[in-house]
Amino acid sequence: MQHKDKTPQAPEAWKPRLLAIFCNWCTYTAADLAGVSRMKYADNVRIVRVMCSGRVDPQFVLDAFARGADGVLIGGCHPGDCHYIEGNYKALRRSELLKRMLADMGIEPKRYRLEWISASEGDKVQRVINEMVTEIKALGPLDLPGRAKAWDEEVAELEGELKEKKGECANV
Amino acid sequence: MSKPKVAFYWCASCGGCEESIVDLAEDILGVVAAVDIVLWPVAMDFKRHHVEAMPDGSITATLLNGAIRTSEQEEMARLLRRKTQVLIAYGACAQSGGIPALANQFSREQILKYVYEDSPSTVNPEKTRPQTRFEEEGRVAELPEFRNVVRSLDQVVDVDYYLPGCPPTPKVLKGALEALLSGKLPPKGTILSPDTATCMDCPRLDSKPQDLAIEQFRRPHLTAMDPEKCFLAQGVPCMGSGTRGGCEAQCPKGNMPCTGCFGPTSKVHDQGAKLLSALTSTLAAKDEAGINQALKGIPDPVGTFYRYGLAKSLLRRKVDLQ
Repeated sequence: MQHKDKTPQAPEAWKPRLLAIFCNWCTYTAADLAGVSRMKYADNVRIVRVMCSGRVDPQFVLDAFARGADGVLIGGCHPGDCHYIEGNYKALRRSELLKRMLADMGIEPKRYRLEWISASEGDKVQRVINEMVTEIKALGPLDLPGRAKAWDEEVAELEGELKEKKGECANV
Repeated sequence: MSKPKVAFYWCASCGGCEESIVDLAEDILGVVAAVDIVLWPVAMDFKRHHVEAMPDGSITATLLNGAIRTSEQEEMARLLRRKTQVLIAYGACAQSGGIPALANQFSREQILKYVYEDSPSTVNPEKTRPQTRFEEEGRVAELPEFRNVVRSLDQVVDVDYYLPGCPPTPKVLKGALEALLSGKLPPKGTILSPDTATCMDCPRLDSKPQDLAIEQFRRPHLTAMDPEKCFLAQGVPCMGSGTRGGCEAQCPKGNMPCTGCFGPTSKVHDQGAKLLSALTSTLAAKDEAGINQALKGIPDPVGTFYRYGLAKSLLRRKVDLQ
């Protein structure tokens, strides 16, 4: 997969980018309620609607980080309230192990969060997003695309050296 | 007509892939008769300068196994890429980093310190570390550089085909060699193994329950395993559902769960994350305490789900290492 190169930004210009994946029946509706109720929350968040938090594959979370997200928030219905009966339990089970795996891979626990937010809890959407943005601001950028680029520099350097050597040989 | 030229080379790997070529047994005689082997350091005496002297693109196929960790391996990968028409990443390490890529959870400094100072079997009071350049009595030895990251072959050079497995089975290798020799090659980038999950080859498939409700994950070496029943039904983490077939379920047939060495099928984007998802979502518990109790059977999620593919995972390595 091609990652878009990210130009290095001055720290003061950096704004955290938070991906939120919300379930259609509860949390997305709550975000909608927050909107119509004119509750203000940080503009660092991009919300993606899925039908159920059980649809959120851990691949989505890793992909978001790999593409430059600084945090990922998943919102689903409270236990017992899932439109599909079991979806949010699946989300919870995956989430417990994913949290541990992310920690093992060096991603700070506060960058990933699973929250139960019902359709009436617009204020909770506001609070959770604002909290998470503040926490991620304190952590600083994750910048995985930038790090991957730095990891690959050592290989690119050798490639340049070899091309030079080959060029020298051709000139002899 | 001259015979096609074939090269075998190994980078960061255990040697099992080289062994698997010998595992062709009497079929290897047919291979030796049909091709000219121009480089095979483990078995035949060819030197790097022999390869350097060959015209670019003159080797028909190179089967390169092992991950890329040192500058020498990078150089050899580039040299062989230039000299070769068809470059095949041979085995899990070349395909996706393999076991060596688990070192991507540690920094270069952590690894060197452990290996040259801290490991229980090390005696090195001067704390000598390998140097890239060494001079004695006017003679100079140059050693390769140990890189920060373990890479798959295609993270360094362009790769034409992949032969998965740790190691690839003789059947998979034979199929690839036959395709090469007959000139009937699939599109570039193809993984030369069936695109179905290992479960489809598993003799235990019929005992897999429709609805798994795993109470507790169990570690294989602490569990008496029923030799007939699906591992997941016994709570033993088995990677078969997210792993490409072609191995004919050799491990389950030997009463060990699949560990995922054939890599993901084409429908899986990140093998570890997908396997994590598949296995944990089938747990029976519905609260955090119960879930975490069940998960005690998976003490090392990275090592369990990315055993052969950390270099090619979306995260690639532990992200906060210098």
